[in-house]
Amino acid sequence: MAYSEKVVDHYNNPRNVGSFTKDTPGVGTGLVGAPECGDVMKLQIKVNLETGLIEDAKFKTFGCGSAIASSSLATEWLKGKTVDEAAKIKNTDIVNELKLPPVKIHCSVLAEDAIKAALSDYKEKWASANAAADSK
Amino acid sequence: MALKFPIFMDAQSTTPVDPRVVDAMLPYFTEKFGHPASRNHPFGWEAEAAVDAARGQIAKLIGARDPKELVFTSGGTESINLAIKGVAEMYREKGTHIVTTVIEQRAGLDVCRRLERQGFEVSYVPVQPDGLVDVEAIRKALTDKTILISVMFANNEIGTIQDVAAVGRLAKEKGILFHTDATQSLGKIPVDVEGMGIDLLSCTSHLIYGPKGVGALYVRRKAPRVRLAPLLDGGGHERGMRSGTLPVPLVVGFGRAAELCGEAMPEERTRLAGLRDRLQDAILSKVDEAFLNGHPERRLPHNLNISFAYVEGESLLMGLNKETALSSGSACTSSTLEPSYVIAALGASAELAHSSIRFSLHRFNTAEEIDYVAKRTIEVVTRLRDMSPLYELAKEGVDIKSIQWKAE
Repeated sequence: MAYSEKVVDHYNNPRNVGSFTKDTPGVGTGLVGAPECGDVMKLQIKVNLETGLIEDAKFKTFGCGSAIASSSLATEWLKGKTVDEAAKIKNTDIVNELKLPPVKIHCSVLAEDAIKAALSDYKEKWASANAAADSK
Repeated sequence: MALKFPIFMDAQSTTPVDPRVVDAMLPYFTEKFGHPASRNHPFGWEAEAAVDAARGQIAKLIGARDPKELVFTSGGTESINLAIKGVAEMYREKGTHIVTTVIEQRAGLDVCRRLERQGFEVSYVPVQPDGLVDVEAIRKALTDKTILISVMFANNEIGTIQDVAAVGRLAKEKGILFHTDATQSLGKIPVDVEGMGIDLLSCTSHLIYGPKGVGALYVRRKAPRVRLAPLLDGGGHERGMRSGTLPVPLVVGFGRAAELCGEAMPEERTRLAGLRDRLQDAILSKVDEAFLNGHPERRLPHNLNISFAYVEGESLLMGLNKETALSSGSACTSSTLEPSYVIAALGASAELAHSSIRFSLHRFNTAEEIDYVAKRTIEVVTRLRDMSPLYELAKEGVDIKSIQWKAE
Protein backbone atom coordinates (compact mmCIF):
# COMPACT_ATOMS: atom_id res chain seq x y z
CA MET A 1 0.00 0.00 0.00
CA ALA A 2 1.28 3.43 -0.84
CA TYR A 3 1.10 5.95 1.99
CA SER A 4 0.21 9.59 1.52
CA GLU A 5 3.05 12.08 1.81
CA LYS A 6 1.64 13.40 5.08
CA VAL A 7 1.53 9.94 6.65
CA VAL A 8 5.11 9.33 5.59
CA ASP A 9 6.14 12.70 7.00
CA HIS A 10 4.53 12.03 10.39
CA TYR A 11 6.03 8.54 10.43
CA ASN A 12 9.53 9.80 9.67
CA ASN A 13 9.26 12.91 11.84
CA PRO A 14 6.68 12.15 14.49
CA ARG A 15 5.68 15.27 16.46
CA ASN A 16 5.57 15.19 20.22
CA VAL A 17 6.67 11.64 20.98
CA GLY A 18 7.05 11.10 24.70
CA SER A 19 5.34 10.96 28.04
CA PHE A 20 4.35 13.21 30.93
CA THR A 21 4.36 11.90 34.46
CA LYS A 22 0.74 10.94 34.96
CA ASP A 23 0.15 12.83 38.20
CA THR A 24 1.59 16.13 37.02
CA PRO A 25 -1.09 18.81 37.60
CA GLY A 26 -3.14 19.37 34.45
CA VAL A 27 -2.11 16.12 32.74
CA GLY A 28 -4.78 13.86 31.29
CA THR A 29 -3.86 10.44 29.89
CA GLY A 30 -5.70 8.27 27.38
CA LEU A 31 -4.60 4.71 26.62
CA VAL A 32 -6.74 3.04 23.95
CA GLY A 33 -6.65 0.10 21.58
CA ALA A 34 -5.42 -3.41 22.28
CA PRO A 35 -2.13 -5.17 21.57
CA GLU A 36 -3.89 -8.15 19.99
CA CYS A 37 -5.56 -5.82 17.50
CA GLY A 38 -2.20 -4.41 16.52
CA ASP A 39 -2.91 -0.85 17.70
CA VAL A 40 -2.33 0.83 21.04
CA MET A 41 -2.21 4.60 21.47
CA LYS A 42 -1.22 6.56 24.52
CA LEU A 43 -2.10 10.21 24.22
CA GLN A 44 -1.53 12.81 26.92
CA ILE A 45 -2.54 16.43 27.24
CA LYS A 46 -1.15 18.99 29.64
CA VAL A 47 -3.64 21.71 30.45
CA ASN A 48 -2.55 25.02 31.91
CA LEU A 49 -4.76 25.19 34.97
CA GLU A 50 -4.63 28.99 34.93
CA THR A 51 -5.72 29.54 31.32
CA GLY A 52 -7.57 26.28 30.60
CA LEU A 53 -5.57 25.87 27.39
CA ILE A 54 -3.84 22.66 26.34
CA GLU A 55 -0.27 23.84 26.40
CA ASP A 56 1.38 20.58 25.48
CA ALA A 57 0.51 17.10 24.20
CA LYS A 58 2.49 13.90 23.78
CA PHE A 59 1.91 10.45 22.35
CA LYS A 60 3.32 6.98 22.03
CA THR A 61 1.82 4.52 19.57
CA PHE A 62 2.18 0.84 18.81
CA GLY A 63 0.64 0.38 15.39
CA CYS A 64 1.00 0.86 11.69
CA GLY A 65 2.29 4.01 10.01
CA SER A 66 -1.22 5.44 9.74
CA ALA A 67 -1.82 4.92 13.45
CA ILE A 68 1.45 6.66 14.27
CA ALA A 69 0.58 9.53 11.90
CA SER A 70 -2.97 9.88 13.28
CA SER A 71 -1.77 10.22 16.85
CA SER A 72 1.12 12.48 15.89
CA LEU A 73 -1.28 14.78 14.04
CA ALA A 74 -3.69 14.73 16.99
CA THR A 75 -1.01 16.03 19.35
CA GLU A 76 -0.28 18.88 16.92
CA TRP A 77 -3.93 19.85 16.73
CA LEU A 78 -4.50 19.65 20.48
CA LYS A 79 -1.90 22.23 21.39
CA GLY A 80 -3.37 25.66 22.04
CA LYS A 81 -6.97 24.44 22.14
CA THR A 82 -9.31 24.58 25.11
CA VAL A 83 -10.63 21.31 26.43
CA ASP A 84 -14.00 22.00 24.82
CA GLU A 85 -12.44 22.81 21.46
CA ALA A 86 -10.32 19.65 21.66
CA ALA A 87 -13.44 17.55 22.17
CA LYS A 88 -14.65 18.68 18.74
CA ILE A 89 -11.79 17.01 16.84
CA LYS A 90 -13.38 14.29 14.73
CA ASN A 91 -11.80 11.22 13.20
CA THR A 92 -12.99 12.37 9.77
CA ASP A 93 -10.83 15.50 10.14
CA ILE A 94 -7.83 13.22 10.58
CA VAL A 95 -8.87 11.03 7.63
CA ASN A 96 -9.12 14.07 5.38
CA GLU A 97 -5.87 15.65 6.53
CA LEU A 98 -3.83 12.44 6.18
CA LYS A 99 -5.76 11.09 3.17
CA LEU A 100 -6.21 7.74 4.89
CA PRO A 101 -7.56 4.92 2.73
CA PRO A 102 -10.74 3.12 3.92
CA VAL A 103 -8.76 0.22 5.36
CA LYS A 104 -6.97 2.66 7.70
CA ILE A 105 -9.96 4.64 8.95
CA HIS A 106 -9.91 2.70 12.20
CA CYS A 107 -6.56 4.41 12.98
CA SER A 108 -8.29 7.79 12.96
CA VAL A 109 -11.13 6.41 15.10
CA LEU A 110 -8.58 5.21 17.60
CA ALA A 111 -6.93 8.65 17.65
CA GLU A 112 -10.31 10.28 18.36
CA ASP A 113 -10.88 7.75 21.13
CA ALA A 114 -7.45 8.57 22.55
CA ILE A 115 -8.25 12.29 22.57
CA LYS A 116 -11.58 11.65 24.31
CA ALA A 117 -9.95 9.35 26.85
CA ALA A 118 -7.25 11.92 27.65
CA LEU A 119 -9.84 14.69 28.00
CA SER A 120 -12.04 12.67 30.30
CA ASP A 121 -9.06 11.63 32.43
CA TYR A 122 -8.09 15.29 32.68
CA LYS A 123 -11.61 16.30 33.68
CA GLU A 124 -11.81 13.61 36.31
CA LYS A 125 -8.53 14.63 37.89
CA TRP A 126 -8.15 18.35 37.36
CA ALA A 127 -11.37 20.02 36.15
CA SER A 128 -12.24 21.19 39.67
CA ALA A 129 -8.80 22.81 39.99
CA ASN A 130 -9.39 24.55 36.67
CA ALA A 131 -12.86 25.64 37.73
CA ALA A 132 -11.34 27.14 40.84
CA ALA A 133 -8.90 29.03 38.64
CA ASP A 134 -11.78 30.26 36.46
CA SER A 135 -13.77 31.57 39.37
CA LYS A 136 -10.89 33.71 40.63
CA MET B 1 30.99 -3.59 -3.87
CA ALA B 2 28.66 -0.65 -3.47
CA LEU B 3 25.15 -1.54 -2.36
CA LYS B 4 22.36 -1.14 -4.88
CA PHE B 5 18.97 -0.06 -3.56
CA PRO B 6 16.34 -1.23 -3.00
CA ILE B 7 17.63 -4.55 -1.66
CA PHE B 8 15.31 -7.47 -2.37
CA MET B 9 14.85 -9.83 0.57
CA ASP B 10 11.33 -10.99 -0.16
CA ALA B 11 12.25 -14.03 -2.23
CA GLN B 12 9.46 -16.18 -0.82
CA SER B 13 6.97 -13.89 -2.55
CA THR B 14 8.76 -14.14 -5.89
CA THR B 15 12.27 -14.22 -7.36
CA PRO B 16 14.00 -12.45 -10.22
CA VAL B 17 14.33 -14.53 -13.37
CA ASP B 18 17.87 -15.82 -13.81
CA PRO B 19 19.39 -14.34 -16.99
CA ARG B 20 20.29 -17.88 -18.15
CA VAL B 21 16.61 -18.74 -17.93
CA VAL B 22 15.66 -15.72 -20.03
CA ASP B 23 18.20 -16.81 -22.66
CA ALA B 24 16.61 -20.24 -22.85
CA MET B 25 13.13 -18.75 -23.24
CA LEU B 26 13.71 -16.10 -25.89
CA PRO B 27 13.75 -18.27 -29.05
CA TYR B 28 10.37 -19.70 -28.09
CA PHE B 29 8.66 -16.34 -28.43
CA THR B 30 9.75 -15.74 -32.01
CA GLU B 31 11.26 -18.34 -34.30
CA LYS B 32 10.19 -21.42 -32.28
CA PHE B 33 6.62 -20.40 -31.70
CA GLY B 34 4.82 -23.65 -32.53
CA HIS B 35 1.92 -25.21 -30.64
CA PRO B 36 3.13 -28.34 -28.87
CA ALA B 37 -0.13 -30.11 -29.72
CA SER B 38 0.33 -29.55 -33.47
CA ARG B 39 1.26 -33.08 -34.45
CA ASN B 40 1.63 -32.63 -38.16
CA HIS B 41 4.46 -30.19 -38.78
CA PRO B 42 7.94 -29.28 -37.58
CA PHE B 43 6.80 -26.21 -35.65
CA GLY B 44 4.65 -28.41 -33.42
CA TRP B 45 7.31 -31.09 -33.09
CA GLU B 46 9.89 -28.54 -32.07
CA ALA B 47 7.58 -27.06 -29.42
CA GLU B 48 6.61 -30.48 -28.13
CA ALA B 49 10.26 -31.49 -27.83
CA ALA B 50 10.98 -28.32 -25.84
CA VAL B 51 8.05 -28.97 -23.50
CA ASP B 52 9.10 -32.56 -23.00
CA ALA B 53 12.65 -31.51 -22.22
CA ALA B 54 11.32 -29.11 -19.57
CA ARG B 55 9.15 -31.87 -18.15
CA GLY B 56 12.28 -33.97 -17.87
CA GLN B 57 14.21 -31.22 -16.13
CA ILE B 58 11.50 -30.77 -13.50
CA ALA B 59 10.98 -34.53 -13.13
CA LYS B 60 14.65 -34.89 -12.35
CA LEU B 61 14.52 -32.19 -9.69
CA ILE B 62 11.69 -33.95 -7.81
CA GLY B 63 12.85 -37.51 -8.41
CA ALA B 64 9.83 -38.46 -10.53
CA ARG B 65 10.10 -41.77 -12.35
CA ASP B 66 8.45 -40.52 -15.52
CA PRO B 67 8.37 -36.95 -16.90
CA LYS B 68 4.79 -37.63 -18.05
CA GLU B 69 3.77 -37.45 -14.41
CA LEU B 70 4.11 -33.67 -14.60
CA VAL B 71 1.14 -31.58 -15.64
CA PHE B 72 1.82 -27.94 -16.45
CA THR B 73 -0.48 -25.33 -14.94
CA SER B 74 -0.54 -21.57 -14.55
CA GLY B 75 1.23 -21.70 -11.18
CA GLY B 76 1.11 -22.92 -7.60
CA THR B 77 -2.43 -21.78 -6.92
CA GLU B 78 -3.82 -23.68 -9.89
CA SER B 79 -1.77 -26.77 -9.08
CA ILE B 80 -3.12 -26.82 -5.52
CA ASN B 81 -6.68 -26.31 -6.80
CA LEU B 82 -6.30 -29.08 -9.36
CA ALA B 83 -4.80 -31.50 -6.87
CA ILE B 84 -7.33 -31.09 -4.08
CA LYS B 85 -10.49 -30.42 -6.11
CA GLY B 86 -9.45 -32.98 -8.70
CA VAL B 87 -9.09 -35.71 -6.10
CA ALA B 88 -12.24 -34.63 -4.25
CA GLU B 89 -14.38 -34.87 -7.34
CA MET B 90 -12.79 -38.04 -8.72
CA TYR B 91 -12.89 -40.01 -5.47
CA ARG B 92 -16.10 -38.65 -4.00
CA GLU B 93 -17.74 -42.07 -4.18
CA LYS B 94 -14.92 -43.47 -2.08
CA GLY B 95 -15.05 -40.85 0.65
CA THR B 96 -15.64 -37.21 1.47
CA HIS B 97 -13.04 -36.50 4.13
CA ILE B 98 -9.79 -34.56 3.70
CA VAL B 99 -7.04 -33.99 6.26
CA THR B 100 -4.87 -30.90 6.02
CA THR B 101 -3.09 -28.48 8.36
CA VAL B 102 -3.90 -25.04 9.72
CA ILE B 103 -0.77 -23.45 8.21
CA GLU B 104 -1.29 -24.31 4.55
CA GLN B 105 -1.04 -21.54 2.00
CA ARG B 106 -4.20 -19.59 1.40
CA ALA B 107 -4.93 -21.55 -1.79
CA GLY B 108 -4.90 -24.85 0.10
CA LEU B 109 -7.09 -23.53 2.89
CA ASP B 110 -9.56 -21.79 0.59
CA VAL B 111 -10.00 -24.84 -1.63
CA CYS B 112 -10.78 -26.87 1.48
CA ARG B 113 -13.28 -24.28 2.70
CA ARG B 114 -15.05 -24.42 -0.65
CA LEU B 115 -15.17 -28.20 -0.54
CA GLU B 116 -16.68 -28.00 2.95
CA ARG B 117 -19.49 -25.91 1.50
CA GLN B 118 -19.97 -28.66 -1.08
CA GLY B 119 -20.46 -31.33 1.53
CA PHE B 120 -16.92 -32.51 2.20
CA GLU B 121 -15.52 -32.77 5.67
CA VAL B 122 -12.09 -31.31 6.33
CA SER B 123 -9.90 -31.80 9.39
CA TYR B 124 -7.37 -29.02 9.98
CA VAL B 125 -4.55 -30.48 12.04
CA PRO B 126 -2.86 -27.92 14.32
CA VAL B 127 0.89 -27.41 14.48
CA GLN B 128 3.30 -27.45 17.39
CA PRO B 129 4.94 -24.21 18.59
CA ASP B 130 7.87 -24.84 16.24
CA GLY B 131 5.54 -25.13 13.25
CA LEU B 132 5.91 -28.88 12.85
CA VAL B 133 2.86 -31.05 12.34
CA ASP B 134 2.79 -34.13 14.53
CA VAL B 135 2.32 -37.05 12.16
CA GLU B 136 0.46 -38.90 14.90
CA ALA B 137 -2.05 -36.03 14.98
CA ILE B 138 -2.63 -36.60 11.27
CA ARG B 139 -3.08 -40.32 11.92
CA LYS B 140 -5.69 -39.57 14.59
CA ALA B 141 -7.58 -37.29 12.22
CA LEU B 142 -8.00 -40.01 9.58
CA THR B 143 -11.31 -41.78 9.17
CA ASP B 144 -12.53 -44.54 6.86
CA LYS B 145 -13.88 -41.74 4.67
CA THR B 146 -10.51 -39.97 4.21
CA ILE B 147 -9.48 -39.74 0.56
CA LEU B 148 -6.66 -37.19 0.75
CA ILE B 149 -3.96 -35.93 3.09
CA SER B 150 -2.66 -32.52 2.06
CA VAL B 151 0.35 -31.21 3.98
CA MET B 152 2.69 -28.49 2.77
CA PHE B 153 6.34 -29.39 2.33
CA ALA B 154 7.73 -26.21 3.92
CA ASN B 155 5.88 -23.17 5.14
CA ASN B 156 5.95 -19.93 3.20
CA GLU B 157 6.16 -17.70 6.27
CA ILE B 158 8.24 -19.52 8.85
CA GLY B 159 10.07 -21.96 6.58
CA THR B 160 9.46 -24.97 8.82
CA ILE B 161 10.02 -28.17 6.86
CA GLN B 162 7.54 -30.93 7.63
CA ASP B 163 8.46 -34.59 8.00
CA VAL B 164 7.07 -35.26 4.54
CA ALA B 165 8.47 -38.78 4.29
CA ALA B 166 6.69 -39.76 7.51
CA VAL B 167 3.40 -38.36 6.19
CA GLY B 168 4.03 -40.28 2.96
CA ARG B 169 4.56 -43.53 4.87
CA LEU B 170 1.36 -42.96 6.81
CA ALA B 171 -0.60 -42.27 3.63
CA LYS B 172 0.79 -45.41 2.00
CA GLU B 173 0.02 -47.50 5.07
CA LYS B 174 -3.60 -46.33 5.00
CA GLY B 175 -4.01 -46.35 1.24
CA ILE B 176 -4.84 -42.63 1.17
CA LEU B 177 -3.54 -40.19 -1.45
CA PHE B 178 -0.97 -37.64 -0.30
CA HIS B 179 -0.62 -34.16 -1.77
CA THR B 180 2.12 -31.76 -0.77
CA ASP B 181 2.42 -28.07 -1.63
CA ALA B 182 6.12 -27.76 -2.44
CA THR B 183 5.98 -24.28 -3.94
CA GLN B 184 8.49 -22.98 -1.37
CA SER B 185 10.70 -26.06 -1.29
CA LEU B 186 11.27 -26.90 -4.94
CA GLY B 187 14.83 -26.18 -5.97
CA LYS B 188 15.80 -25.10 -2.46
CA ILE B 189 15.98 -28.41 -0.59
CA PRO B 190 15.87 -32.03 -1.77
CA VAL B 191 12.40 -33.10 -2.86
CA ASP B 192 11.93 -36.75 -3.78
CA VAL B 193 8.45 -37.92 -4.72
CA GLU B 194 9.51 -41.57 -4.84
CA GLY B 195 11.54 -41.64 -1.64
CA MET B 196 8.97 -39.58 0.26
CA GLY B 197 5.82 -41.34 -0.88
CA ILE B 198 4.28 -38.28 -2.50
CA ASP B 199 1.33 -38.86 -4.86
CA LEU B 200 0.66 -35.25 -5.83
CA LEU B 201 3.05 -32.32 -5.62
CA SER B 202 2.34 -28.66 -6.42
CA CYS B 203 5.12 -26.34 -7.48
CA THR B 204 5.68 -23.10 -9.32
CA SER B 205 8.33 -21.53 -11.51
CA HIS B 206 8.56 -17.97 -10.23
CA LEU B 207 9.98 -18.95 -6.85
CA ILE B 208 12.94 -20.73 -8.43
CA TYR B 209 14.21 -17.89 -10.65
CA GLY B 210 11.87 -18.85 -13.47
CA PRO B 211 9.09 -16.81 -15.11
CA LYS B 212 5.72 -16.06 -13.52
CA GLY B 213 2.62 -17.68 -14.98
CA VAL B 214 3.64 -21.32 -15.03
CA GLY B 215 3.65 -24.11 -12.48
CA ALA B 216 3.29 -27.84 -12.39
CA LEU B 217 1.45 -30.58 -10.61
CA TYR B 218 3.14 -33.93 -10.21
CA VAL B 219 0.52 -36.68 -10.54
CA ARG B 220 1.72 -40.19 -9.73
CA ARG B 221 1.08 -42.71 -12.53
CA LYS B 222 2.06 -45.92 -10.77
CA ALA B 223 1.51 -47.39 -7.32
CA PRO B 224 -1.02 -45.91 -7.13
CA ARG B 225 -2.20 -44.42 -10.40
CA VAL B 226 -3.78 -41.12 -9.36
CA ARG B 227 -6.75 -39.88 -11.34
CA LEU B 228 -8.00 -36.32 -11.28
CA ALA B 229 -11.11 -34.56 -12.45
CA PRO B 230 -9.90 -31.56 -14.49
CA LEU B 231 -10.73 -27.98 -13.54
CA LEU B 232 -10.97 -26.90 -17.18
CA ASP B 233 -12.77 -28.60 -20.04
CA GLY B 234 -11.21 -28.34 -23.45
CA GLY B 235 -8.77 -30.00 -25.79
CA GLY B 236 -7.64 -32.62 -23.32
CA HIS B 237 -4.03 -31.52 -23.13
CA GLU B 238 -1.73 -32.72 -20.36
CA ARG B 239 -3.19 -36.22 -20.24
CA GLY B 240 -6.68 -34.73 -20.03
CA MET B 241 -5.96 -33.10 -16.69
CA ARG B 242 -5.31 -29.58 -17.88
CA SER B 243 -6.67 -28.35 -21.17
CA GLY B 244 -5.30 -25.22 -22.75
CA THR B 245 -2.40 -24.30 -25.00
CA LEU B 246 0.85 -24.61 -23.08
CA PRO B 247 2.79 -21.36 -22.71
CA VAL B 248 5.89 -22.86 -24.30
CA PRO B 249 8.36 -20.05 -23.48
CA LEU B 250 7.30 -20.13 -19.83
CA VAL B 251 7.48 -23.91 -19.70
CA VAL B 252 10.97 -23.83 -21.22
CA GLY B 253 12.00 -21.22 -18.67
CA PHE B 254 10.56 -23.26 -15.81
CA GLY B 255 12.51 -26.30 -17.00
CA ARG B 256 15.77 -24.41 -17.30
CA ALA B 257 15.23 -22.80 -13.88
CA ALA B 258 14.66 -26.24 -12.37
CA GLU B 259 17.82 -27.55 -13.98
CA LEU B 260 19.88 -24.64 -12.66
CA CYS B 261 18.47 -25.05 -9.16
CA GLY B 262 19.28 -28.74 -9.20
CA GLU B 263 22.86 -28.06 -10.21
CA ALA B 264 23.36 -25.25 -7.71
CA MET B 265 21.45 -26.71 -4.77
CA PRO B 266 24.27 -28.19 -2.66
CA GLU B 267 26.33 -25.00 -2.85
CA GLU B 268 23.41 -22.56 -2.82
CA ARG B 269 21.73 -24.15 0.15
CA THR B 270 24.85 -23.82 2.27
CA ARG B 271 25.58 -20.30 1.10
CA LEU B 272 22.05 -19.00 1.74
CA ALA B 273 21.83 -20.70 5.12
CA GLY B 274 25.15 -19.05 6.01
CA LEU B 275 23.86 -15.61 5.03
CA ARG B 276 20.57 -16.24 6.82
CA ASP B 277 22.39 -17.25 10.01
CA ARG B 278 24.54 -14.15 9.75
CA LEU B 279 21.40 -12.00 9.55
CA GLN B 280 19.73 -13.86 12.40
CA ASP B 281 22.77 -13.64 14.68
CA ALA B 282 23.30 -9.95 13.93
CA ILE B 283 19.70 -9.09 14.82
CA LEU B 284 19.09 -11.40 17.76
CA SER B 285 22.41 -10.50 19.42
CA LYS B 286 21.49 -6.80 19.41
CA VAL B 287 17.74 -6.71 19.98
CA ASP B 288 16.11 -7.87 23.20
CA GLU B 289 12.73 -9.58 23.10
CA ALA B 290 13.05 -10.57 19.47
CA PHE B 291 11.89 -14.11 18.82
CA LEU B 292 12.63 -16.55 16.04
CA ASN B 293 9.43 -18.01 14.59
CA GLY B 294 9.43 -21.58 13.38
CA HIS B 295 11.72 -24.51 13.93
CA PRO B 296 15.33 -23.53 14.72
CA GLU B 297 16.82 -26.29 12.53
CA ARG B 298 14.19 -27.85 10.32
CA ARG B 299 13.64 -24.86 8.07
CA LEU B 300 14.29 -23.54 4.61
CA PRO B 301 17.83 -22.23 4.17
CA HIS B 302 16.67 -18.87 2.83
CA ASN B 303 13.98 -18.09 5.39
CA LEU B 304 14.15 -16.03 8.57
CA ASN B 305 11.04 -14.96 10.47
CA ILE B 306 11.34 -12.87 13.61
CA SER B 307 8.77 -11.26 15.90
CA PHE B 308 9.89 -8.02 17.49
CA ALA B 309 7.86 -7.55 20.66
CA TYR B 310 6.24 -4.10 21.15
CA VAL B 311 6.70 -3.15 17.48
CA GLU B 312 3.94 -3.51 14.90
CA GLY B 313 5.14 -5.26 11.73
CA GLU B 314 3.72 -2.92 9.13
CA SER B 315 5.26 0.13 10.81
CA LEU B 316 8.60 -1.67 10.88
CA LEU B 317 8.37 -2.40 7.16
CA MET B 318 7.43 1.22 6.54
CA GLY B 319 10.72 2.27 8.10
CA LEU B 320 12.66 -0.11 5.88
CA ASN B 321 10.76 -0.30 2.63
CA LYS B 322 12.45 2.55 0.81
CA GLU B 323 15.67 0.60 0.78
CA THR B 324 14.72 -3.00 1.56
CA ALA B 325 11.89 -5.18 0.33
CA LEU B 326 10.69 -7.43 3.15
CA SER B 327 7.37 -8.88 4.10
CA SER B 328 5.17 -8.97 7.14
CA GLY B 329 3.22 -12.18 7.12
CA SER B 330 2.64 -13.43 3.60
CA ALA B 331 2.23 -11.23 0.55
CA CYS B 332 -1.17 -12.79 0.01
CA THR B 333 -2.50 -11.48 3.31
CA SER B 334 -0.75 -8.15 3.65
CA SER B 335 -3.64 -6.28 2.06
CA THR B 336 -5.76 -7.20 5.06
CA LEU B 337 -5.37 -6.14 8.65
CA GLU B 338 -5.42 -9.65 10.01
CA PRO B 339 -2.27 -10.75 11.77
CA SER B 340 -0.45 -13.72 10.34
CA TYR B 341 -2.56 -16.86 10.84
CA VAL B 342 0.61 -18.93 10.61
CA ILE B 343 2.33 -17.18 13.50
CA ALA B 344 -0.93 -17.23 15.44
CA ALA B 345 -1.17 -21.00 14.83
CA LEU B 346 2.15 -21.46 16.61
CA GLY B 347 0.42 -20.36 19.79
CA ALA B 348 2.18 -16.99 19.88
CA SER B 349 0.16 -14.11 21.29
CA ALA B 350 -1.77 -12.13 18.71
CA GLU B 351 0.45 -9.18 19.54
CA LEU B 352 3.55 -11.12 18.46
CA ALA B 353 1.73 -12.23 15.33
CA HIS B 354 1.30 -8.54 14.51
CA SER B 355 5.03 -8.06 15.06
CA SER B 356 6.48 -10.64 12.67
CA ILE B 357 8.78 -9.89 9.78
CA ARG B 358 9.92 -12.32 7.13
CA PHE B 359 13.33 -11.99 5.55
CA SER B 360 13.71 -14.33 2.57
CA LEU B 361 16.95 -14.51 0.65
CA HIS B 362 17.74 -15.39 -2.93
CA ARG B 363 20.58 -16.40 -5.22
CA PHE B 364 21.79 -12.86 -5.80
CA ASN B 365 21.91 -11.52 -2.20
CA THR B 366 25.33 -10.61 -0.82
CA ALA B 367 26.92 -10.48 2.62
CA GLU B 368 27.07 -6.68 2.36
CA GLU B 369 23.31 -6.60 1.85
CA ILE B 370 22.81 -8.83 4.88
CA ASP B 371 24.90 -6.56 7.08
CA TYR B 372 23.09 -3.47 5.87
CA VAL B 373 19.63 -4.93 6.41
CA ALA B 374 20.58 -6.14 9.88
CA LYS B 375 21.87 -2.69 10.83
CA ARG B 376 18.80 -0.87 9.50
CA THR B 377 16.39 -3.33 11.08
CA ILE B 378 17.98 -2.79 14.48
CA GLU B 379 17.82 1.00 14.04
CA VAL B 380 14.17 1.03 13.06
CA VAL B 381 13.13 -1.39 15.81
CA THR B 382 14.91 0.79 18.34
CA ARG B 383 13.25 3.95 17.04
CA LEU B 384 9.77 2.39 17.05
CA ARG B 385 10.23 0.99 20.53
CA ASP B 386 11.10 4.47 21.72
CA MET B 387 7.63 5.50 20.61
CA SER B 388 5.84 2.32 21.69
CA PRO B 389 3.57 2.64 24.74
CA LEU B 390 3.83 -1.14 25.20
CA TYR B 391 7.61 -1.03 25.39
CA GLU B 392 7.35 1.80 27.91
CA LEU B 393 4.91 -0.18 30.05
CA ALA B 394 7.10 -3.28 29.84
CA LYS B 395 10.15 -1.28 30.91
CA GLU B 396 8.15 0.09 33.87
CA GLY B 397 7.55 -3.53 34.85
CA VAL B 398 3.85 -3.53 33.97
CA ASP B 399 2.55 -6.87 32.74
CA ILE B 400 0.82 -5.95 29.50
CA LYS B 401 -1.55 -8.87 29.86
CA SER B 402 -2.76 -7.52 33.21
CA ILE B 403 -4.23 -4.41 31.56
CA GLN B 404 -7.90 -4.48 30.62
CA TRP B 405 -7.63 -3.57 26.94
CA LYS B 406 -10.73 -2.48 25.18
CA ALA B 407 -10.65 -4.14 21.79
CA GLU B 408 -12.36 -2.22 19.01
